[in-house]
Amino acid sequence: MSIVLPGEYVPAQHVNLKLGPGLLQLSSGTQQAKSAPVISTRSGILNHSANKSKWWVEGNSRRYVPASQESVIGVVTGRSGEGWRVDIGSAHPASLDGLAFEGATKRNKPSLKVGSLVYARVSLAHKDMEPELECFDAQTHKAEGFGELKDGFVFQCSLQMSRLLLDPKHFLLPLLGSRFPLEAAVGVNGKVWVSTKETKHTIAIVRCIEVVDPDGGGMDEVDVKKFLSKLDI
Amino acid sequence: MRPPSPSIPEKKFIYDALNQSLRLDGRDMLDLRTPTITFGPELGWVECAMGKTRVLAQLDAKMVKPLPERPFEGIITIHSEISPMASPDYEPGRPSEEEVTLTRMLDKVLRRSDAIDKESLCILAGQRVWQLRLTVHVLADAGNILDCSCLASIVAFKHFRKPEVEVIGDEVIVHSPSERAPISLAIHHAPFCVTFAFFPDALTRPVVDPSLIEQRLSAGLMSIAMNAQREICVLHKAGGVPTASEEVLRLINVASILVKDLDKLVEARLREDWEGRKVEVR
Repeated sequence: MSIVLPGEYVPAQHVNLKLGPGLLQLSSGTQQAKSAPVISTRSGILNHSANKSKWWVEGNSRRYVPASQESVIGVVTGRSGEGWRVDIGSAHPASLDGLAFEGATKRNKPSLKVGSLVYARVSLAHKDMEPELECFDAQTHKAEGFGELKDGFVFQCSLQMSRLLLDPKHFLLPLLGSRFPLEAAVGVNGKVWVSTKETKHTIAIVRCIEVVDPDGGGMDEVDVKKFLSKLDI
Repeated sequence: MRPPSPSIPEKKFIYDALNQSLRLDGRDMLDLRTPTITFGPELGWVECAMGKTRVLAQLDAKMVKPLPERPFEGIITIHSEISPMASPDYEPGRPSEEEVTLTRMLDKVLRRSDAIDKESLCILAGQRVWQLRLTVHVLADAGNILDCSCLASIVAFKHFRKPEVEVIGDEVIVHSPSERAPISLAIHHAPFCVTFAFFPDALTRPVVDPSLIEQRLSAGLMSIAMNAQREICVLHKAGGVPTASEEVLRLINVASILVKDLDKLVEARLREDWEGRKVEVR
């Protein structure tokens, strides 16, 4: 395990190299792509897969930087032409096309209002362009769970926490699910949407995620169970 | 970029929860987040945290010539700053609306309420007085930066000690802390600020110490600055919802209890810090 700071050279070399978030291969013009050096663009812990073909940097930043194919939760902030502008917590607002929904046609578009929540996938993320979102799989044209999120509640947690929640082996969501029925959607931009039947259950989830968040309490499973037993649920 | 207002589901949920007297962080409607006060290596360096809201206040003193119209009084200046470090919603440059409110409230609570005896800051009439400079930095904004800043500032005033000076004729001798123990400021009273948030639905009771989302969804805020002797220094309510006078009186009573607790907490923390601190005296 090694810690990198932005701008450091990373010894990533492989015939079939894949770079994840926080890494950048410097373009060296005419040189072969293989020998181009790789630098980190974020601070964090440098990780690589077992055969050293995949490399990425894991840290706990607060600002979300969009990356293509990541699922995010955003708030519609306005209309623009055929689509909507969506705030996903990045430096620039993302655009969501009106036709990027399952079954959407020119005549039949979903009706999103300003202030609606959407669960979407980043379809385009380029450093010189605004990010673009889509609410369906471009190949199959199926929604696959993406779309507008109605009711429930959305709140912010650290980016690391949102990644932990997406880990199927993480204890928190199954633990909460064993206590009461819940529906949740996690965006890697640090936004978590939950929906339960009772208001106090939603509050319990919000508070549990807050105490487990490595940016806040950083509790483990045993402590969370104790914490849960103290809450009135 | 101005932050977008909370989304429709957020609004609906928070209003519903408040109607049932439930708050997102599990507090009661009239509960404060317990402040944590941390002192820095220097006297007058105080960091105050309420939940995730964090404010740093720093006080320093220097000698200046007094204003010609007030030759017997020291000078207190307050600088407050909300930088983008507090939250990405704030931009550098032109002061935002929140920053103006914060600066004006701090001025009213600390300076205009005559909390600090300015005449005791005089060294040599018309020649030399102490100038106290308070700098308030908002480090993180998770709601109610005003109360947190006021608390941090008043604790900074209480924590600070100015070096002892000796006047012989027209000569001023400043003793370094290693020679003579520095002396604390003369403080008449310590006002604490408590903020209440009102909501558009008349049936929802007001909450104290609003979190960021409660603050954004509120229809109006009311700040009461009061000292432990139940004297109101400032009552600030700029617009918002119409409020009955009985309600205001009720909230003032609530504030007086909260302020007493705050005063106790601050005194205990100051004593604790002073005992652990070594100010060198021969």
